[in-house]
Amino acid sequence: MGSIRFDNVSKIFGRNSAGIKAIDDINLEIAEREFVAIVGPSGCGKTTCLRIVAGFEQPTSGTVSVSGKQVQGPGPERAVVFQHFALFPWKTVRQNLDLGLRNKNLPKSQRDELIASALRLMNLESHADAFPHQLSGGMQQRVAIARAYVLDPEVLLMDEPFGALDAQTRVAMQEELVRLTRVNPRTVLFITHSVEEAVYLADRVVIMTRRPGRIKEVLDIKSARNAENWNRFQKIEDVMDQESFIHLRTHVWRSLREEKPDNT
Amino acid sequence: MMDRPLRLRETIAWGFAGLGCFLGIWTLLTVSGLVPRQFLPTPLDVVARIVQLLTTPFAGATLPQHLASSFERYIVGVSLAALVGIPLGLLMGWFRLLDDILAPIFEALRFIAPIAWVPFAALWFGTGIGGPVMIIFAGAFPPCLINAYRGARFVDPRLIEASRMLGTSHVRTIAEILLPASVPSIVAGLRVAAGLGWQSLVGAELIVAAAGVGFMMVQAQANVSTPTVMAGMIAIGAAGMLIDVLLRQGEALILRRRGISA
Repeated sequence: MGSIRFDNVSKIFGRNSAGIKAIDDINLEIAEREFVAIVGPSGCGKTTCLRIVAGFEQPTSGTVSVSGKQVQGPGPERAVVFQHFALFPWKTVRQNLDLGLRNKNLPKSQRDELIASALRLMNLESHADAFPHQLSGGMQQRVAIARAYVLDPEVLLMDEPFGALDAQTRVAMQEELVRLTRVNPRTVLFITHSVEEAVYLADRVVIMTRRPGRIKEVLDIKSARNAENWNRFQKIEDVMDQESFIHLRTHVWRSLREEKPDNT
Repeated sequence: MMDRPLRLRETIAWGFAGLGCFLGIWTLLTVSGLVPRQFLPTPLDVVARIVQLLTTPFAGATLPQHLASSFERYIVGVSLAALVGIPLGLLMGWFRLLDDILAPIFEALRFIAPIAWVPFAALWFGTGIGGPVMIIFAGAFPPCLINAYRGARFVDPRLIEASRMLGTSHVRTIAEILLPASVPSIVAGLRVAAGLGWQSLVGAELIVAAAGVGFMMVQAQANVSTPTVMAGMIAIGAAGMLIDVLLRQGEALILRRRGISA
């Protein structure tokens, strides 16, 4: 449960003749409980890849399947964390988390229990009855992650989730996500344009070309992480000091630098 | 021309000065004999008539009683318009097909002024409560529908995606996402509807009604009782203003509660 598979996926926006080709012939397999980050130049179609898995977009050709089932539309087994949080402003934190559970027709007692544990997981217990506009950006994104986690999804789709946060909050959230995926592992597809973020968080980093986005390179991070045991560090800056981290980060940077606007 | 912003006290003072001039010229016109008093009573005559109408019936009822029957129709008509218009607007904003089917009908009906419904309403519902209610409905319905529709169409698409991702049904999405997201637009529409409804009501009562402020005015016109006609006009204006003030307060309260404005 929880694998993601792209088979020859292409997406053209607009009419086929005059349309814009966003992604071209993507083939990728993400294993169960694997954390894969996609990086690429802006406009390379990385968000389109995620939106197809989420079911918000249909591929023009090719198929995407999750746990062996072809994706037809959005659903709670593929939970999305949006860049701009997309919390319901008129619902409290608790009500935001509850909507997905009510849609599953779970009894009230069970919902309360699940919400309580998700709030505990994200350190949000004291804000359960706050409205989103009363919370900071980092807090709002915690709520959005809790809303995704509470659904007990097969895969977690994160679309530049920390892109709207300030640098310090961002680092705190990255560390939090590492902790979270260790406690409660999920298949994660993570879109970012921060190279450090991708190398720090992911088991594998997928580097995409400029539009039309193709997969340029898939980089294994997990072996380096295990070999040098990054997990012993609590803080991101300690991981970033590691020889292996620097090496991988530089590799991704060089690869992205080759993707100049006129170089398709 | 504005050199500096006026302070509140000055604004109020100038407002009263304007009103004073208006009443002064009005009084002068009558007292000087330029306009016969029968056609233009002095402001004091009108005030005296209003006070008198509070207790003395005219055309079968006192002024408060006429106002009460007007309000009854008004509330029924506007509520009906809101109860039908808002859900229908939301549905049209959500289901594209329904929009495509209904939009041309409403586009055509929109250009029939509420007053133009009077003969039809009289034929169908008569002069009791039905006729005027239908005319108020015709005035108040379009802003209810259009604003709910606009609200639903312009909901942040990211919230819709979040809702779909959570597996929310159509009915629940309309009730819990589209409706609350559209509240500011719907409330603004209700204010417009309330104003148009009140105007349509009085227009309707001039023609199809057996009670109400409009009816009182028509009877007064037949009796050439200009002070009564003017008393009715003042009652209509004051009631309309009161409705608007109350709705503004309600709107501000709703927006404040949702943290939209300070």
